[in-house]
Amino acid sequence: MLKKIRKTLAVLAFVAVTLLFLDFTGTLHHWLGWTAKVQLVPAVLALNVVVIVALALITLIFGRIYCSVICPLGVMQDVISWLHSRRKKNRFTYSKEMRWLRYPVLLIFIVAMIAGIGSLMAILEPYSTFGMIATNLLQPVYQWCNNGLAAIAGHYNSYAFYSTEVWVKSAAALATSIALLLVIGYLAWRGGRTYCNTVCPVGTFLGLLSRFSLLKVHIDESKCIKCGMCTRNCKASCVDFKNGTIDHSRCVTCGNCIDKCHKDAIYYGRPRKAQKFPSTTEEGNQVAMSTTAHDENVASQAAQSIDKGKRAFLIGSGIAIATTAMAQAKKKVDGGLATIEQKQMPERKTPITPPGSISARNMARHCVACQLCVAECPNQVLRPSADMLTFMQPIMSYERGYCRPECNRCSQVCPAGAIKPISLEVKSSTKIGKAVWTHFLCIPTKDKDEEGNPISCGNCARHCPTGAITMAPLNENDENSPMVPLAIDDSKCIGCGACEHVCPARPVAAIHVEGLEDHRTI
Amino acid sequence: MDRRHFLKVAGGTAIASSAVLAACSSNDNNSGEAISAADVPKGKMTYRTNPNNGDRVSLLGYGMMRLPVEGGGSGREITDVPIDQELVNKEVDFALEHGVNYFDTSPAYCQGKSEAATGIALSRHPRDKYFIATKLSNFDPATWSLEESQKMFFNSLKELKVDYVDYLLMHGVGMGDDGVEEFNSRYMDNGLLDWLVEQKEAGKIRNLGFSYHGDIAVFDNLLAWHDEGDYHWDFVQIELNYLDWKHAKEINERNTNAEYLYAELQKRNIPAVIMEPLLGGRLANVPDAIAADMKRRDPDASVASWAFRYAGTPEGVLTVLSGMTYMDHLMENIKTYSPLKPITPEEDKFLEKIANTIVALQTIPCNDCKYCMPCPYGINIPAIFVHYNKCIKEGNLIKSEKDSDYAKARRAFLVGYDNSVPKLRQASYCIGCSQCVGHCPQRIAIPKELEKIDRFVEQLKRSDPKD
Repeated sequence: MLKKIRKTLAVLAFVAVTLLFLDFTGTLHHWLGWTAKVQLVPAVLALNVVVIVALALITLIFGRIYCSVICPLGVMQDVISWLHSRRKKNRFTYSKEMRWLRYPVLLIFIVAMIAGIGSLMAILEPYSTFGMIATNLLQPVYQWCNNGLAAIAGHYNSYAFYSTEVWVKSAAALATSIALLLVIGYLAWRGGRTYCNTVCPVGTFLGLLSRFSLLKVHIDESKCIKCGMCTRNCKASCVDFKNGTIDHSRCVTCGNCIDKCHKDAIYYGRPRKAQKFPSTTEEGNQVAMSTTAHDENVASQAAQSIDKGKRAFLIGSGIAIATTAMAQAKKKVDGGLATIEQKQMPERKTPITPPGSISARNMARHCVACQLCVAECPNQVLRPSADMLTFMQPIMSYERGYCRPECNRCSQVCPAGAIKPISLEVKSSTKIGKAVWTHFLCIPTKDKDEEGNPISCGNCARHCPTGAITMAPLNENDENSPMVPLAIDDSKCIGCGACEHVCPARPVAAIHVEGLEDHRTI
Repeated sequence: MDRRHFLKVAGGTAIASSAVLAACSSNDNNSGEAISAADVPKGKMTYRTNPNNGDRVSLLGYGMMRLPVEGGGSGREITDVPIDQELVNKEVDFALEHGVNYFDTSPAYCQGKSEAATGIALSRHPRDKYFIATKLSNFDPATWSLEESQKMFFNSLKELKVDYVDYLLMHGVGMGDDGVEEFNSRYMDNGLLDWLVEQKEAGKIRNLGFSYHGDIAVFDNLLAWHDEGDYHWDFVQIELNYLDWKHAKEINERNTNAEYLYAELQKRNIPAVIMEPLLGGRLANVPDAIAADMKRRDPDASVASWAFRYAGTPEGVLTVLSGMTYMDHLMENIKTYSPLKPITPEEDKFLEKIANTIVALQTIPCNDCKYCMPCPYGINIPAIFVHYNKCIKEGNLIKSEKDSDYAKARRAFLVGYDNSVPKLRQASYCIGCSQCVGHCPQRIAIPKELEKIDRFVEQLKRSDPKD
């Protein structure tokens, strides 16, 4: 019974939170946004007292059902483990608690949280890990399916679906997500909840509470025949049938052991009669655990080296796209399309963070790097940072779109208070950066038309939503002088990136936005 | 990026996808009628006689600018796939068999592949069974020298596998930012026109004329030369259809009504060759209400057939050109002209009423001819206009948020926009350099129109983010 309830709730919660990450249309977050906001670490970072207290109370009453139901990474591991168990039944054994690993990791995590070391926090936090996997690996699949439907619908002149672009937001993030999925997937396949009970800081923290839970799983020694079925079906490896004890710090209250016991010797609730307080053992299965630690280490090293190769990868893919072009001899006045070179991210001295994030510091302190904002951004502006300190946290860039005035979706979904909810009115007057003009890249100073006159452009000024850009002749004494965006009014520019995005200079725009450490209202 | 580099290359996958979409939209022109070879009469084609030399020319002329490519679609849209020569041969055979004898091509059509394909198909038939029209398409300033233009003419003879051309046109006179200046650069300053006259005397050209778009000063001037005896025009190619007859100037004040052009030719007994009888397909693809009106009048006639009958009715018309990609277009058009049922005065009034309705829609007068392309900054100009016009036609251009259909129309416009034009080729990336303007035979103020569409798109995007 306990198992059935747990399974039903877990599947519902998992599907809900996964859909939240997959949906790119901006409709589901109104309904499912809460599934992210009830995650423990985001709630702590957002100082969401209601959620924190509720989760603590739930754990103190029911045990770690958070890990079994609410945590999507936990449920994902259960699914992987279940797939293995279908092939090989009764495959688990009891192992001792790895305190030497659990508690240091929790300590490191807390320090990282307080010190605002986002990258460390992001790698260790389970909800973020799930977010990275969902955004980088699952969302593209979801989008491709959608695009297939859109193509079919389009064929029948229906606009029920629209096509969306699938792109590599960051090679480093993609590689990290694959690495995390492989490591955690392997651990789950092999040992069920190994990750949750040795690495996961949320698991360790809730484990501290669940030792004192009101309701727990107990063994009734008077009925137990020591068949070991409970232990062999415990994915948390916490039931020691030989000694009749259960490590409640690791038990995620899944109910599998109860389900398997033929003698009703294991039950969930208050203890039936006086029994000794469950003891936890100190020695551990050290060989298995050091393997785990080693895998983690390899993963983070791989992420680092791939990060270095990111720029090369982006440039490489740009070239690959350019070379698919067809050569066209000259202007034949009969059709054809010019190749459009891919834009590259300009070198920004300060990264741009989205409106609502208040400042780089606020972002660093609160962001768990769950990628929800990145998955949500409809304008292909947000992408995970590749910087080591802010690794995986969102940064903005405008090669594929700009921060459009009618959108505040990232601020609505952020569960951790890194991007605070912001109204469209406030957003339109929030300065997140400033436009900077690079004269030697500007098309009117470079290109000439067929008669050899300078090209007129002014696309930046035409598209500036605040009218901050004034076009003026480069040389005031020459009437044929090209018109360029000479004056950019810093008191009007909000850094939305419309100018950078529509600038025809490629691969690097001639006008680009520099981020501001601290946002301000204009 | 260097602009020259832009000009030299035309892009990969994006082209293919957008081209396929464009092809789907523009080639369905004559749709709605089921037709097979058995329905097409033989030996009934209407012919007109060229007063200069007695040529008996079929009223339907085969325009070779939208030849089919392998795998479907037309060579006008799909530029990186070879022409489907087998189908071209089959179509040309069918056309000749059913009385079509005028074939109009140009060195510029299908990215330069049209003449060769036409030559291959026609050279399989006796030379005296068909008339070939081709053009001196020296648009590129690099071909403005006499030598380069001569090379272009001789190359046409070679590609077409002929010793002489029946009808040679100076291509698109009146086009360019300054029509007069460009005409002088292309044909007068280099002595090319005089050389062409010599070729006519030498028998390499049987009829010399021009196709006209744009600046009326060039048209008037050329006819004045004809009056004064400086030059003689055997024929002139003009745009004529029931919209342009009285409304060309109303739609774009830089253009001239076909009524005037045709009357000027008639005064001088110069036969008129008609292009754009369907306005690039727009008169085959009219709003549903108009199509219903036409069907009510004649349930058996296609929408396109009205336009063809209209263009073929004036007696001074030598032939009406249609760029036919598919066999069914060809069959349908042959049927319309076998024989021609002239438009009655009463039907003329009916079409004039329809013309007024279409003008009131305020579509952009783009015929998707693609002369503006390639845009050096990668914009797909005709695809944007085609989408905009399609939305007008389907009633999806709603500007007021209070309209009850606003949300639906908004979605249709925006989703359809992304479907038919890749994002980076949309109107917002037009920098307004205006290099396209001189190339447009319809003289559309392209950057202004793109800016207008861009503003409309912005309005839609900002209006209802939750939809």
